[in-house]
Amino acid sequence: MAWNVKPEELLQYDYKVPQKNWMDVPPEFKPGTWCYPAKPEILEYLNKATKGDFPHIREWVPTDVDWKLPEDWRERIKKGFRERLDKYRSFKVFMDVCVRCGACADKCHFYIGGGDPKNMPVLRAELLRSIYRGEFTLAGKILGRLAGARKLEEDVVKEWFLYFYQCTECRRCSLFCPYGIDTAEITMMARELLHLVGCNINWILEPASNSNRTGNHMGIQPHAYYGMMEFMCDDIEEITGVKVNCPVNEKGHEVLFITPSGDIFADPGTYTYMGYLMLFHEIGLDYTWSTYASEGGNFGLFTSDRMMKKLNAKMYAEAKRLGVKYIIGGECGHMWRVLNQYMDTMNGPADFLETPVSPITGTRFESAAGTSMIHITEFTSDLMKHGKLKLDPSRNDDKIVTFHDSCNPARAMGLLDEPRYVIQNVCNNFVEMPEDTIREKTFCCAGGSGLNTDEFMEMRMRGGIGRGNALRHVQQKNGVNTLATICAIDRATLPPLANYWAPGVEVYGVHELVANALVMTGEKPREVDLRQEPLPGME
Amino acid sequence: MYDGGKIIAGLIVFLGIVGFPFWYNAGSAGYKTPELKLPPKSKATECIEATEWMRAEHMQLLNTWRDSVVREGNLEYTTASGSHVEMSLQKSCMDCHDSKKDFCDKCHTAAAVEPYCWDCHIAPKEEK
Amino acid sequence: MNALYSLFAVFALVVIALVGAGAAGMEQLFGLYIPWLAIAVFLVGFVAKVIGWAKSPVPFRIPTTAGQMKSHDWIRHDKYDNPATAGQTFVRMALEVLLFRSLFRNLTAQRFGSAQDGVDVKIRYASAKWLWLFALIFHYSFLVVFIRHWRLFLDPVPSALLALEYADTFLQIGAPALYMSGAALALGVSLLLLRRFVVPQVRYISQPADYFPLFLILGVALSGILMRYWAKTDIMAVKEVTMALFSLNPAVHIEGIGVVFFVHVFLVSCLIAYLPFSKLMHMGGVFLSPTRNLPNDSRARYHRNPWNDPNVKAHSYAAYEDEFREKMIEAGLPVEKTLEEAAKTEAQ
Repeated sequence: MAWNVKPEELLQYDYKVPQKNWMDVPPEFKPGTWCYPAKPEILEYLNKATKGDFPHIREWVPTDVDWKLPEDWRERIKKGFRERLDKYRSFKVFMDVCVRCGACADKCHFYIGGGDPKNMPVLRAELLRSIYRGEFTLAGKILGRLAGARKLEEDVVKEWFLYFYQCTECRRCSLFCPYGIDTAEITMMARELLHLVGCNINWILEPASNSNRTGNHMGIQPHAYYGMMEFMCDDIEEITGVKVNCPVNEKGHEVLFITPSGDIFADPGTYTYMGYLMLFHEIGLDYTWSTYASEGGNFGLFTSDRMMKKLNAKMYAEAKRLGVKYIIGGECGHMWRVLNQYMDTMNGPADFLETPVSPITGTRFESAAGTSMIHITEFTSDLMKHGKLKLDPSRNDDKIVTFHDSCNPARAMGLLDEPRYVIQNVCNNFVEMPEDTIREKTFCCAGGSGLNTDEFMEMRMRGGIGRGNALRHVQQKNGVNTLATICAIDRATLPPLANYWAPGVEVYGVHELVANALVMTGEKPREVDLRQEPLPGME
Repeated sequence: MYDGGKIIAGLIVFLGIVGFPFWYNAGSAGYKTPELKLPPKSKATECIEATEWMRAEHMQLLNTWRDSVVREGNLEYTTASGSHVEMSLQKSCMDCHDSKKDFCDKCHTAAAVEPYCWDCHIAPKEEK
Repeated sequence: MNALYSLFAVFALVVIALVGAGAAGMEQLFGLYIPWLAIAVFLVGFVAKVIGWAKSPVPFRIPTTAGQMKSHDWIRHDKYDNPATAGQTFVRMALEVLLFRSLFRNLTAQRFGSAQDGVDVKIRYASAKWLWLFALIFHYSFLVVFIRHWRLFLDPVPSALLALEYADTFLQIGAPALYMSGAALALGVSLLLLRRFVVPQVRYISQPADYFPLFLILGVALSGILMRYWAKTDIMAVKEVTMALFSLNPAVHIEGIGVVFFVHVFLVSCLIAYLPFSKLMHMGGVFLSPTRNLPNDSRARYHRNPWNDPNVKAHSYAAYEDEFREKMIEAGLPVEKTLEEAAKTEAQ
């Protein structure tokens, strides 16, 4: 059933808090606020592939009274909790030091757009902390509720499932926390604990399972993947008159390029994908794509550290097999969190690769000396700075562009000015959204961390109010009609969001805009853009 | 990783700061309240108010005197025992307690108090 | 309710001190032995807690980056919000610990208009530095008050403390001269308390463990202020006790000290003994937060995770090709093994 609540109805919420203590308010599973549980066959496959990381497989729905938890669910959670406290200092410190100052409260997009107090990051974390105190601290065991502790009951597990799958791990709250408490870290732990008792969601685990087997989230098999690329090459030839090269799974090149599979699969990501093909062809990059490592994204990040490592390991494995010198990564959000903060530690050191050097400009990317992986906008901005691209930004003159910083490149990397530089080189009309909604303070698309599923649409639109409202603001003030992003999940989640909160704004990948402006050697006079719509002046 | 070295160093600095009074006092002889040099019995046998009261309230008394003298021109103070004295630090108080060094400063130094009496008043010359 | 429980608890502590040191005359216990016990609990508890944290590794470098990373030379690097080196991280931490940098960023989200406005509803973000200001007043005044007390713990008193005394009583209000830090502390605590009472969301998240320390600190501040300006006590007798306390000398005989002193000391003892087991450990925790105390350099340098499991491996390319070899060959994609080679391997 399609979700069709109008903004006027969705806005009927306020920030009033219940009279009752939050511990006495039971979780409520309303449609549109939770995601479907993982299908048993998906779990069977993953459990086998991981040798037992996904136990207690069964059919269940969150609206059931009885969740059919395993007999020993309490022991499993307690043991899992203890193990994770011993593995992560972040988790241990974050369980102890929160003073509940509330600085994080109105930073969460789900709280701003929904008003549920348990979406205040502080309370979201208290859902876990209250159990920590009750099970692992003396004061909590003796004083109980007076010490902020509570007993581990089935309702607690339900509450965890509801609210830790209402967190997109965007880390906006952690920016404002005086102790740097990162709810993403807490959500990750909670989701791992939920896996131990067989509670997880399909929208994360099916892509993870696909990615493991076929190399990408979409489950596209190699021949089909290659076929889709050839289609795109045909489209490019039709638009530009240039037949671009399309190297796949080839050994002996300098560079391996990896981007999220969402971009080969669905509009508007496909245009960004075409943009990469055109750019690399034009500069004559000696590179290859891979079908085995055809996924930049990593839904393992939203699952567990083990799943994340397993899926990520393909990148280095493939780089080694193909004998490349370094890897370039495409436009993707959480992919870059994994690459910047986890990859080298999990699957490195990448001593078989070299420090990336741009073959066109000679720039050495020292900041990526360890992982040997650079972001496409680092690469492209460098090309532009050195004047290596012939660009005609007037081809994007019909667009008034603004840029949405994706959570992870912003707050887990700090990639802020590179994409802006690229956009400003290919677009004449660029405006920023209000400063408290961009850069490190950017708002989530409300579909990150594996929540970009249709059954979650109500929460997505609620959480999207921060970005949507800022977009609406520049739409009215500056006539913005184009929202540029560097994230494949954004390209999937922002079109419905924009359609809902700022109707009329279209979503573009940055390299689609680049490709529109890119003047290619031997191209025919261009009449249409990559979407086959007439260029300005050609209508 | 663990950063154990940095954490231990941090803890040592922390203990060094919060435990500073312990380290500072370690090994020094037991602290005694400084002895005051009281006026000879021949000069006076009691103060204008009870000793206990003066200990706690002398600063307040002097403050009141100053205001009274400077702002209201009232120079006379009636003591607890009913006699009258002039409200004057130098003429009355220091008539008996004639050494700043042996009387006032003893406690003030130990308690790190620097009254601003001497911003205006000139301390009497100490006898060698 | 949570606030009332906490207030009641602090009252109970005051009564214990009044009865114990006042009516029952247990001055030695309240003046020396309880404080010693509290200091021991504090020091051991604090160190044990930090060591407990330190025993868990930081497997991944997860700084929250709050500005432009180090990139091309021609892009301005936001050094102290997104540090790339240990030195820059040190500055970031100093800003965090000394100036509450993150809290300074605080915003408030406000919704204007009615639900009927639909997509034209307005959400604005306003700078909200109140919490930052209250916190700064509170923490710095507390620090000054703490250090100022050393005049009673040290003999001879170091000249730095004299300077602090001079600065703190600079306004020369009343006699004994008003300590600005004391007034600021009472003010800071009151403001932080008021915030918890007045803002509904903050009230909702507040627990007894949030009110209790605030009431306790307010009790400490008020008893101290009371003792200095109203229920005065013989400061020289007090120094004799505090010097005994910090010279570990139990022989001192306590007499002639007002009961307020014992209330004050008992509340302080409770506070420091409670600290290692409470949220007040943010004092140590802020230094160990992995989202703040690490440089954003994990692409440049290798970091080891001590529990990294080498048995977690990718689904291998060989297995992948085995599954899709035929289709790959048909599509013209390169393969490692031809169908014949694969059949041969399988036969073996």
